[in-house]
Amino acid sequence: MWIYEKKLQYPVRVSTCNPKLAKYLIEQYGGADGELSAALRYLNQRYSIPDKVIGLLTDIGTEEFAHLEMIATMVYKLTKDATPEQIKAAGIEDHYVDHDKGLFYHNAAGVPWTASFIQAKGDPIADLYEDIAAEEKARATYQWIINLSDDPDLNDGLRFLREREIVHSQRFREAVEILKDEQGKKKIF
Amino acid sequence: MSTHFKTYHPYVSPFDPCPPILEKAYSTPPNLYMGFQPPNLPQFSPIEALKAGTLWKAFYDPWYGPLEPGKGGLPQ
Repeated sequence: MWIYEKKLQYPVRVSTCNPKLAKYLIEQYGGADGELSAALRYLNQRYSIPDKVIGLLTDIGTEEFAHLEMIATMVYKLTKDATPEQIKAAGIEDHYVDHDKGLFYHNAAGVPWTASFIQAKGDPIADLYEDIAAEEKARATYQWIINLSDDPDLNDGLRFLREREIVHSQRFREAVEILKDEQGKKKIF
Repeated sequence: MSTHFKTYHPYVSPFDPCPPILEKAYSTPPNLYMGFQPPNLPQFSPIEALKAGTLWKAFYDPWYGPLEPGKGGLPQ
């Protein structure tokens, strides 16, 4: 079970009315390497992985939902007051036609989220390597969004999220080392 | 100490349609080099850590875009 704390993991501030940024951010909402994919990937892999690293998957998978909430807040703030003209100018009229100001799990190109974005091979090493790759891809995605954005407050939040990807990748790498189980044993073959 | 990005120089053709970018850079964050985190690494204060996104100074690697001048980040 989960306990919900009704606040964001990191404050989300958006200082400029630029609905176009929402189009980029939605990649981290419903994209293949987005926060929803990450959360569902890790929480689903917990059942078929050695006990030693289940807790790690639980912790990181849970944190990904906190990130998802931050992305949702950013997208909502950027779109909630946009006029149809601004929606058109931002190139998100396709989304508007289908969902109005509602959020939806699709990527920046409008492809809806699908379970095929995530994997569960059942092999602990294969799954953890997938997780490491997912973190590095999410890190890169944040870089490209920051590169496109000129909103300093929004970028501040995105920088926080990118840093978390780095830390998560590190912890998954350590999980691989734990499962390799030869760490510091000075075994002579 | 590892650097947080690396650069390379891709081939430039005399027939390239756009002005070439002579040096390209990519991110190499500190987690690539750490292996298993050693004990007793330097920490941020709690309030700094909340801002940085990590408790550990060794993992701090902020990214700034080209539209945020003067803050560092990758060379563009």
